[in-house]
Amino acid sequence: MPVQTEFTPLASAAGGALIGCAAVLLMLMSGRIAGISGILGRLIWPSEGSRPFEAFAFVLGLLLAPAVWIVALGQSVTQVMTDNMPLAAIAGLLVGFGAVYGGGCTSGHGVCGISRWSKRSLVATAVFMATAMLVVFVTRHVLGGGS
Amino acid sequence: MILLVNVIAGLLFGFGLLLSGMANPAKVLNFLDVAGHWDASLAFVMGGAVLVTAIGYRLVFRRPKPVLDESFRVPTARQIDSQLVLGAAVFGVGWGLVGLCPGPALVSLPLASPAIVVFVPAMLIGVAAAVWLKR
Repeated sequence: MPVQTEFTPLASAAGGALIGCAAVLLMLMSGRIAGISGILGRLIWPSEGSRPFEAFAFVLGLLLAPAVWIVALGQSVTQVMTDNMPLAAIAGLLVGFGAVYGGGCTSGHGVCGISRWSKRSLVATAVFMATAMLVVFVTRHVLGGGS
Repeated sequence: MILLVNVIAGLLFGFGLLLSGMANPAKVLNFLDVAGHWDASLAFVMGGAVLVTAIGYRLVFRRPKPVLDESFRVPTARQIDSQLVLGAAVFGVGWGLVGLCPGPALVSLPLASPAIVVFVPAMLIGVAAAVWLKR
């Protein structure tokens, strides 16, 4: 049975705006796209001009976020995750591989690319939204149970 | 200096993910579940992010170059190729299976739930494999 979640348009839009601010800040200062899969690729497989130290610094900021959240707001982070470990492993492989092979994920294509009105990013975002929705439909409504 | 900017940008990005609900896989899956109890919140995350980024980028690109570097590094590829479509399709399947994409996965790592401890190393293997294949 899927966990129900509350519709949070204000918090979600505000969070999205913060993500946008981060993307603009990174472009203004270092001229880089704030795409997480691209940043991970630069970090774990450095090549000429990939600036792995900068990529590491960005990832460090991401990893510090929950601690800052907990200290600043005094509340824990709400998360409901799958307890199916083989599924988590398979999904991780597909997400990491697909995001880099397709040149970006929700941040690189979905936010930064669409904001530049890149046709490639529009297509990629439409494709991953469609396959993700299809998978959720199949796991929840065809197979039942699901994650 | 540029390292500090990256830490701050990452922190801001991560905080935005937490505030928006993107870091909660249940919320992501409910957004993707258009035939079930649809939670439309994530459309607002994307809307807010794209609005700010589109306006901000437009202003930033009036500059000849970024503040701390010699040039903007923006993807120049224009072609819709099979790599793009295949990669996006595979990524979407993984995303739809558990509701985690790379940003929220990294932000969730310090919270150390059992699934994330399995997911992130698998994701890094996937990233490394794709970078290797694309060299």
